Amino acid sequence: MKVNHRLLRGATLTATGASAARRRLPKLNLRLKLGITILTVFVLASFILPFFTSVDPSRQGTYLKNLPISGRHLLGTNSQGQSIFWFLVFAIRNSLMLGVVVSLCITAIATLVGLSAGYIGGWYERVAMLIIDSFITIPVLPILIVLGALVRGNSSFMLVGVILVAFGWAWGARTVRSMALSLREREFINMARFSGASTFAIITREIFPYVYSYMVVGFINTILFAINTEAALAVIGLSKVEVPTLGSIIFWALSYNALFIGQITWLVAPIVATVLLFLGLFLTSTGYNDAFATRRGVA
Amino acid sequence: MIRLNNVVGTYTTQRGTVNAVEDVSLEIPRGITLGIAGESGCGKSTLMKVLYGDLGFPLALSSGSVDYGFRDEHGQAVTSQNIQKEWFKRISYIPQSSMSSLNPVVRIRDQFVDFPSTSKNKAQVLELVRSYVQKLGLPPESIDAYAHQLSGGMRQRIMVAMATFFRPEIILADEPTTALDVVVQKGILLLLMEVQQEMKNTIVLVSHDMGVHYQITHKMLIMYAAKAVEYADTDAVFGQPLHPYTLMLTNSLPTIGDDRARQGLPGHPPSLWNPPQGCRFAPRCPLATDRCRVHEPPLVEHQPGHFSACHYAENVPELKASLDQAPKLSDIVENAPMFSDIVGSALKVDEVAQ
Amino acid sequence: MKTILKTEHLNKVYRLGSFTRKVSINALNDVNLTITSDEPVIVSLVGESGSGKTTLAKTILRLVEPTSGKAMVYDRVVAGKGQKQGKTEFLRTVQPIFQNPFEAFSRYRTIDSYLYETATRVARLGKDAAIQAMEEALASVGLEYQDVRGKYPNQFSGGELQRASIARALIPRPSLIVADEPVSMIDASRRMIIINLFLLLKQKYKTSFLYITHDLATAYYISDYIAVMHHGSIVEFGQAKQVLSSPQHEYTQLLLDSIPTLTHKWVQQPHSAGGLTPEEASNTRR
Repeated sequence: MKVNHRLLRGATLTATGASAARRRLPKLNLRLKLGITILTVFVLASFILPFFTSVDPSRQGTYLKNLPISGRHLLGTNSQGQSIFWFLVFAIRNSLMLGVVVSLCITAIATLVGLSAGYIGGWYERVAMLIIDSFITIPVLPILIVLGALVRGNSSFMLVGVILVAFGWAWGARTVRSMALSLREREFINMARFSGASTFAIITREIFPYVYSYMVVGFINTILFAINTEAALAVIGLSKVEVPTLGSIIFWALSYNALFIGQITWLVAPIVATVLLFLGLFLTSTGYNDAFATRRGVA
Repeated sequence: MIRLNNVVGTYTTQRGTVNAVEDVSLEIPRGITLGIAGESGCGKSTLMKVLYGDLGFPLALSSGSVDYGFRDEHGQAVTSQNIQKEWFKRISYIPQSSMSSLNPVVRIRDQFVDFPSTSKNKAQVLELVRSYVQKLGLPPESIDAYAHQLSGGMRQRIMVAMATFFRPEIILADEPTTALDVVVQKGILLLLMEVQQEMKNTIVLVSHDMGVHYQITHKMLIMYAAKAVEYADTDAVFGQPLHPYTLMLTNSLPTIGDDRARQGLPGHPPSLWNPPQGCRFAPRCPLATDRCRVHEPPLVEHQPGHFSACHYAENVPELKASLDQAPKLSDIVENAPMFSDIVGSALKVDEVAQ
Repeated sequence: MKTILKTEHLNKVYRLGSFTRKVSINALNDVNLTITSDEPVIVSLVGESGSGKTTLAKTILRLVEPTSGKAMVYDRVVAGKGQKQGKTEFLRTVQPIFQNPFEAFSRYRTIDSYLYETATRVARLGKDAAIQAMEEALASVGLEYQDVRGKYPNQFSGGELQRASIARALIPRPSLIVADEPVSMIDASRRMIIINLFLLLKQKYKTSFLYITHDLATAYYISDYIAVMHHGSIVEFGQAKQVLSSPQHEYTQLLLDSIPTLTHKWVQQPHSAGGLTPEEASNTRR
């Protein structure tokens, strides 16, 4: 993956300073620029490139098996007669799509539940916390393994996504709730109340802006979580492994003993791609955090 | 004699550098309590830090010097560079918040013995400490407790004990009673007075409460927008101020038993990023003329022992006399339109900030 | 004679601790307060931290639920048993001013949005009438609507924010404004501007004030009545000038004795470093 050097040379690390104008965009720092670059490359490549091929990469036997890297097959072919490169492109696309959709759902649910529980308090909060804490303490992987074993082969890709959402929302909800709790005591909340604002207006207009930065960071981190967990499931063979995802490539590569038969690319390419993708997500998330540090959380 | 020579205390920030203390020159005699008074942003806390030698980034003594008037063990004169070695021994500091200065997970007695002790062993030192805190009005067992087990007043007494244990010649106290209840505050202030009278050392006290200064200080320094504007005996500062800011400040304070109308001083101090030419108080000063807006008045001795930075220092007593004639509040309030005018014009002058 | 403020057996108990150790704190201890007058009044609630004055203010503002008892403003029960007043009606009767002007507004909203919201949702004014009400309220605290419109809190100083706060509280023309240490975070030399403003507003808008403070001097200056609180109870109550010049309760006496006043010294300093003698000094002060 090539990184855009022009961006690197021009970037400088600056933090936001206080100023009279409110909505002045802070300078993007190096980390953030790097992270966004990596992600942009991934997204563009995985969404645009598929238009340039008419072949379904998951169809087996399209090409000769176990061909090395060449001009025709950029990463060679695997033991199932698939082009590793094209399989990888589609895999990245599917993983990203899954990650983003799952993350959107999780972030939405976590914010909704967390903010309302934190602000409204009382019985509502207690019930919500009970539910949240239960979900947090359930050990994810063992349950998923059991579930996977039960529905193996009959699951749809969407079911995998639903399971990810179900197990991923609770932690974020807890954090958002504690932020809402501390914000609730701030004086401007009382000011809004005495100005006649409804509970909904207070949650959306007073509390939400302070939580927003955390949410963005959480969103990006959750993409990481979703892709990661799906890959872990796929490697064990519990996801729908016919669908190309980063995890399923690794599953098939391991099943066919790729290393022993000399098809190193088959195993290494997805691992490298995964690491780079995670790096991009991580840099974006921490870079955003640094750039918006003054507005983060409840400060 | 502690001498401050053209002290300039500068802060370095993202926006650039700013002088929180600008060209302060003073002679502080030994054996008295000096109060530094002024409002937010005047530079009093920075001046304390300079005096204490707590000069680390972002604060720097960019020019000028401080002469402490004593020499260290090697015979060298002590200046801002090496005063740090004398901390707790010849100069010490009582902070505003005892809770953030005391280690919460360590017993008080262990924090006392934390300092570089001499050749005496720990138990002996602790015995001395116990008898010492008793003298300051604390039960001897209090040093066996943890910080949070003591009340705010007791904790502050511990801070005073720590600061005075080695009988330093200079004690700096930055708002030592601001966080305390008024009843407890009186106890601490009286304690400080006793300590000063017994040890005959110099106490420099910063407070925004003019009443505190009136009660326990011998001399006062009034600061405004990083400048020293008046320096005199406390009784003179209150009885015969020679700077309009001091006068307006003390005059705006209501007192129990005083039924006269009081007025606030509208406006605010100039931004230190872009200080005006001439006297910094001129925009708000009732005696200001064009001369004031061009030529900055130096701090000069207008009367023996009484310094003021004002071109019209001699006119201040006259202004005071007229302000002392202020009518009773109830009389003004009854005249509704007049009262509305007075309040309204004060509000108008207190303009919106840029 | 109207009953401006009345509390009956108002109690607030905080229970802390876990299964093994329970601690009860009586923040408010059977508080009975009655203030009647035909004219609007300024009542000061003074005391040290932990005295209960802030808890009492919060109870009247409905920010804290009393454990028992009730509070009434102009004969309407605002807190405790029998509380019937709807939210909007309550907001038109009682409005607050808080201590910290920098915390009073959210960083992400403009100041005038709060005033506009108060005008439309509490005072129930239409759009044009709301703007007019805002202009008027801001003018009475010495601010121009044009200068305030569209600006965020970080563009103002503490004094201006506090004044904007006051303006907002005035818009619904409340009968009672509860001001919790409204000037303690403002520079001493500028406090009287706001204090005098309260007096003017009481005259102009016929609003009563409940002024909570630990500063007895400003309480003396501004109040008609004063209530001294200690450990959750009112230990002394009466006309301000009387209570402060001849206090009956020993706690009031202790308080007055401890304030660092400018009228007489606690200890005559044996040596006044040059200049006037102590006697000469105290003579020139008055």
